This record gives sequence, structure tokens and C-alpha cells, in this order.
Amino acid sequence: MTTHKPAARGQAATAPPERGPGPVPVPLIVNDVPYTLDIEPRVSLLSALRDGCGLTGAKRGCDQGTCGACTVWVEERRVLSCLTLAIACEGRRVTTVEGLAQGGELHPMQEEFIAHDAFQCGYCTPGQLMSAVALVREGHAGAPGEEADPAEISEWMSGNLCRCAAYPHLTAAIAAAAKRM
Amino acid sequence: MRPVSYARATAPAEAVAAVAADPGGAYLAGGTTAVDLLRQNVLRHDRLVDIGDLPLAGIEETPAGGLRIGALTRMSDAAAHPLVRERFPLIAEALELGASPQLRAMATMGGNLLQRVRCAYYRDAVSPCNKREPGTGCSALGGINRGHAILGTSEHCIATHPSDLAVALTALDARVHTLRGAGERSFHIDDFLLPPGDTPHIENPLEHGELITAIEVPDTPTARTSRYLKIRDRASYEFALTAVAATLRLENGRISGVRLALGGVATTPWRARHAERLLLGAAAEPGVFDEAARAELAEARTTPMNAFKAELARRAVVRVLRTLAATPEGQA
Repeated sequence: MTTHKPAARGQAATAPPERGPGPVPVPLIVNDVPYTLDIEPRVSLLSALRDGCGLTGAKRGCDQGTCGACTVWVEERRVLSCLTLAIACEGRRVTTVEGLAQGGELHPMQEEFIAHDAFQCGYCTPGQLMSAVALVREGHAGAPGEEADPAEISEWMSGNLCRCAAYPHLTAAIAAAAKRM
Repeated sequence: MRPVSYARATAPAEAVAAVAADPGGAYLAGGTTAVDLLRQNVLRHDRLVDIGDLPLAGIEETPAGGLRIGALTRMSDAAAHPLVRERFPLIAEALELGASPQLRAMATMGGNLLQRVRCAYYRDAVSPCNKREPGTGCSALGGINRGHAILGTSEHCIATHPSDLAVALTALDARVHTLRGAGERSFHIDDFLLPPGDTPHIENPLEHGELITAIEVPDTPTARTSRYLKIRDRASYEFALTAVAATLRLENGRISGVRLALGGVATTPWRARHAERLLLGAAAEPGVFDEAARAELAEARTTPMNAFKAELARRAVVRVLRTLAATPEGQA
């Protein structure tokens, strides 16, 4: 163990403003729409989206970060909204499956999910879509002009479970959509 | 989840002061452990200080040729970083074989080192557990312990350390830099992740409110030929039954440099120093690899359910060393 000289003082004086534990106004920007919710700091982003914003696309599957049904984007990152506190998303752009379609046109990924029959019951589908679009953006569905590697797609979709086991159709849909994105 | 208050810190010293002043205070970074375990009543903090805005993300070279990885760097960003992939491929592999893409996009490098064990008795919030409620006993000793540790255990706790990243960092002699009210300090990773002994509830030497600011990985030329092998029940998104982080350097068929650490089998990331001593200077042959692996695992203490891990770990060590020995870059 090494001990260095104390850090510079002066910036330690002020404590960050504390909010809660009761309800506090929390401004959020979801799919470019501003909301202000009166919620406790312990409320998850998933609950805020579903119960506060009325955006029920993101689904509550396990509520413990295992299944991926609640996947949304915070800024460019795909995250589990069940393990994210809504209040921690103040000042950050949140995108849900409701924000994928633009101007009444489905996103290419949504069209390919339909074309490839990439779901049965559909409960996991919003999370699958948000992971799938992020996966392509992250470069895991092949470089432009290249064929996607199904094994690579599967690996990078492993955080989204599908109890109907539509996995082969999901992989095919993502590979097809990647060529159009 | 029980009620919590929330504050977002804008400076590291401010965050440290806020948490240190309140026994119920804790940091919130990626949240993948904190939110999960607060909701399950395993953690019981009532004040969260969000450190997400602190300037502690990013990766830079150190003057000595190593890397300094900011504590708030996301696992996904660290794994994708060109310097990490080029100089420390075992770190990138360990990161990408851990958790899921979403969890890696949330979880931070500092938080990864503080993640809690996956022992079901610890996480159910009701079973006797010396880690969660000191003195209540260990339910895993006579319970379902197929995934539990065979090295570094005590009569008080046999929970396996869950991090993949920490295994790679242990092989590389990484250091953990921290900030507390009294100033900065740093720890060798061996002194940072503590075996359970008589105090399984003490997992690291951090004072209450002490903040990890960075992980430093020293320059390790042999790490350019390195591997992280992870063996688990599923093909992806699963904790290790056995993992091996290794670097290997050969000169004229003899081992001139080797680093070996085991994951998934011990209560801490397990630096296989006994095996390293046997390997250094020896011929790079499967029989030698096997002998070293057996020697390291000789002190394993198994249960009927996890006895398979000793053999699995032996085979994993031999396989990684054979793979690295066959890699052209490993030859001098």
C-alpha cells in the first residue's frame, strides 16, 4: 500500500444537493419529448417510463437485470431500465422502442422482425429491438457490405432472453436489417 | 426497494465527503449491483451519491508504459479500447466474456471490483450468511455449493469471487487507486480483494466513503500474448465454473515469462504463484503444464458438489498454456 499526500482541499466544502427520499420532480427527455414526473429517487427508469410516461413498450420481465425485456437506450448505450434509477437519467436522452419509428415509418429492424417472424408472444420484442439496433451500431453485424456472422450476432444478443426461443429468426432479422441501416 | 435519498456529485472530493459523513451512504455508478441488491434488501443504504458525472472515465498511457483506466470507464468502453486490445488482450477477453452487452454498457471498471458474490444464500436476504450478517453461519457449507470455491475458503465462507476482469488484473499485478478524506492511496490488487478468513463481511480494505478513482495496469510486454479462458454452464452470459488468465513467453522452448491466475474456483481471483514458480525456466511441454496445474490445485478443499472444479481447472490451465505455447508471438 502506498500513501500519497492529501488531495487538494477546497473542492470538498460543498455537499451535493440531496433529494428525496420522498417524491421530487424529475425532468426526463424520452424520445425527444420532455416529461416531469413526481417520483421518489428509488423509482426505476422502467417504472417511470411505464407508469409515469405511459410508455409501456419496455417490459418488466425479471426486474433484476437478467432478461433484457426492459432494454432502452440512455444516450447511445443500451441499458437495462430495471436496474437504472430514473433520477439518474436527468439530463440524459432516453430512447424507448416507441422512439424507433420515425414519421410513421417503421425502423428497418422492426420491418425485418416482421418479415422474419422474429417473435411469437412478443413480450421480449421491444427489448430485442433496442438491443438489435444497438448491436448493429456497435459493429457486431459485420462491416458495411460484409455478411453478418450469426454466431457474433447471437453472442451480442445474449442479454435478451426469448422464452419462445425465436432465436434463429431473431438472428436472421438482425442480419437482414444490418444491410439496410 | 426501501426509500433512498439521492444526490449527484460534481467533484470526487465532494462525493467522498458526502458518503463518508453518513453510515447509510453509498456510491451509485452503473447501478448493476447497487440497485439490484438494494431492491432485494441485501444492501440497506438509504442515501445514494451518484458519481456518474465525475471526471473519472477514460483510458490513458502512464509514463512507465502501462495503462491507467478511470474507475468510471464502462466495461464495454474498456473492452473496445484499442490500447487495451493491443497490449492486454486478456483484459478485453475477460470483459467481453462477462455479463451481457447491456450490463457491460452500464457497469463501470471500479464497480466491477466491488461487485458482490453470486452465492444464493448471500443474495436471498434471509438465509444465515456470515458475509451479509456476520456470525450467523454459512448456509453454503452444507447447502447447494456446486458453484462455490475450492481455494481460499474458510469455515465461515466459501463464496466464489464473481469477477472475470479481476482475474485478468490479478495476473497483471494491477493497482487500485483510491481517494478518501485523508487523501489518495493505492493498493496492489492482491491486497485489495480479500479472502474471507474470519471476516467474510470485509471484502476489501476500503474505508467507508473511500472511492476507487482508477485501475493501473503496469507495462507487461508478455501480455500481448495472453488469453482469458472461461468455462461455464452456458455458451454466454454466465459466471465462470473455471477461468484462467495467462500470459506466456518462450525462449528456445523454455518458459522465460509466465503469469497465471484462476477465476471461478476461489474466494478471490487466485494468482497461481506456485504453478508460476514451477513453470518459469522449465520446458514448455504438456507434462510440465500438467504438473504445475496439479501443484497449484493440491490445496483445494472441495465438497461433493464442487469437487469437479479441481479437475476442470487443471485441464483449463493445461489447455491455455498449450494454446499460448503454440502461438508464434509467444516465441522469442
